[in-house]
Amino acid sequence: MARYVLFRLIQLLPVLLLASVGVWLMIYLIPGDPAVALLGPDVTPEQIQRTRARMGLDRPLPVQYALWLGRVVQGDLGVSYLNGLPVTTMLAQRIPVTLQLTVASFVVALAIAAPFGIASAVRPRSWIARGVTGYNALAMAVPTFWLGILLVLCFGLWLRWLPTSGFVPFWQEPGRALRFLILPAFTLGAYVSAVLARFTRAALLETLYQDYVRTARAKGLGERPVIGVHALRNALIPVVTVVGLQFGAFMGGAVITEAIFDYPGLGRMLLQAILTRDYTVVQGTILFVVLAFVVINLLTDLAYALLDPRIRYS
Amino acid sequence: MLPFSLVRGRDLAGLAACCILVGLALIALMAPWISPQDPLAQNRTDQFLSPSLRHLFGTDEFGRDILSRVIHGARISLVTGAVAVLIGATVGVPLGLLGGFAGGLTDAAIMRVLDFLLAVPAILLAMVIIAILGPGSFNAMLAVGAVSVPSFARLTRASTLTLKEREFVVATRALGVGPAYLMFRTILLNAATPIVVQIAVTGAVAMLLEAALSFLGLGTQPPAPSWGSMLNAGRSFLYQAPWYGLFPGIVITLSVLSLNALADALQTVVDRSGAGRAAGPERTA
Repeated sequence: MARYVLFRLIQLLPVLLLASVGVWLMIYLIPGDPAVALLGPDVTPEQIQRTRARMGLDRPLPVQYALWLGRVVQGDLGVSYLNGLPVTTMLAQRIPVTLQLTVASFVVALAIAAPFGIASAVRPRSWIARGVTGYNALAMAVPTFWLGILLVLCFGLWLRWLPTSGFVPFWQEPGRALRFLILPAFTLGAYVSAVLARFTRAALLETLYQDYVRTARAKGLGERPVIGVHALRNALIPVVTVVGLQFGAFMGGAVITEAIFDYPGLGRMLLQAILTRDYTVVQGTILFVVLAFVVINLLTDLAYALLDPRIRYS
Repeated sequence: MLPFSLVRGRDLAGLAACCILVGLALIALMAPWISPQDPLAQNRTDQFLSPSLRHLFGTDEFGRDILSRVIHGARISLVTGAVAVLIGATVGVPLGLLGGFAGGLTDAAIMRVLDFLLAVPAILLAMVIIAILGPGSFNAMLAVGAVSVPSFARLTRASTLTLKEREFVVATRALGVGPAYLMFRTILLNAATPIVVQIAVTGAVAMLLEAALSFLGLGTQPPAPSWGSMLNAGRSFLYQAPWYGLFPGIVITLSVLSLNALADALQTVVDRSGAGRAAGPERTA
């Protein structure tokens, strides 16, 4: 297992290197002087001089890249020109906020997908199954931004049950934080819940007709242990892959969800940075997202081994 | 022909989707003649009128007729979808063809770049491209097109890999034709069916992405009517004018639902004909 993890970590390097080249190149693709692009509109000639020297703009491109990468590896992602804060500090502030939202929406997605997927697989021709199919089609077609608006309209403005914007740290006031989280978490989780429900249904349908499930039934087990213990655990393997792959959907959706609910996470920071041309922040955020995506893919692979004792990496 | 296959297969959802999409295309084409009012004409006295016979979808903060803006918005959405798919296919298909056909280092290089592009969520990638090019309708189309390149390339590559070992391709090669002819005539024509399905899937994703970008203020800029930017504006006036945030959303959802249903229907037809399966790009908006 340790060797496999090491092997996979080495495999990650080319993707990460490519990503870093892409992110670094961004500054050079923007028309005009890269130093000015990084520093923003109101800078003194001395600042430009200093940044040019730091970036090594008079040296060959590969050297400039090496200089930049050297700083990034040491955790120096540069400074935001808008507020003068190091990008690493800004990321550290925003990551827990977005994490709180993604974990909550992930819980919502699972809470919807598991019963929906299981019910529609166990009773494939019932009205429940038809209802679930309808929900899935709808949840996959309704754009995140419109769903968010509808929820705000319905639960925030008409029924006045839930707050429509803002953020409370879960680790400070869990109860209040939950009230603030419900609408954004559902907005972000709805699409993934449909994807997961579909996959759970398909995976469970497949395992329900396997020999060992028939054996479990034949030895007199009730429906609950047959489905819960024998079928579901094996059906989980493809579902876990999908969960891991949906991380991208979460990060992308978070940008929109955070915009709707004025939620101060990574997505809002990225959007603000793009709109204000704060390129160091854009670079840092994208670099972090790619890194997170790659690491989560690795964890997904390793989760297989935990769920399926037949899979042993060596 | 697809409509006949749908009728034969009693695929009601597919047929309905076809009708809705054709209807939308007609509305987009005839927008200047069928929209009741000028989508840009402001009228301060008509601010936030609720839906009525005179303004079926109500009016917005500048007293503009929302129905007219939705009708004109159909043009922007459909054009973006079409242009994005065109870019994605014209760049992605040859790339996939080349990678699958040439193999070796060429293939590896192309695939690694695509892997990286797929590692960034579509909307984030589009946002980065817009960060470089600047916000705007045309740049949004370019960004969405670029984002859809990997799915076209991967699909074409997969088909090419299986097709290039088939007897008829080997036979054509034995006749002494050049690689370009083999790639674009022999292989591509036979890989066309899954690509057509991919076009429908990508169209849906592209429309959604453009709307999302405009919603974030990065795509079509006001006052041009785009469904996404209308929703963005309507968001600020939900209390005074709930209809402002409703109608553009209904139209977007309906079009995406139809494109998805059309893709499913096409896939069923393709499955019956025994060709390969299209891989959908991840929707991340």
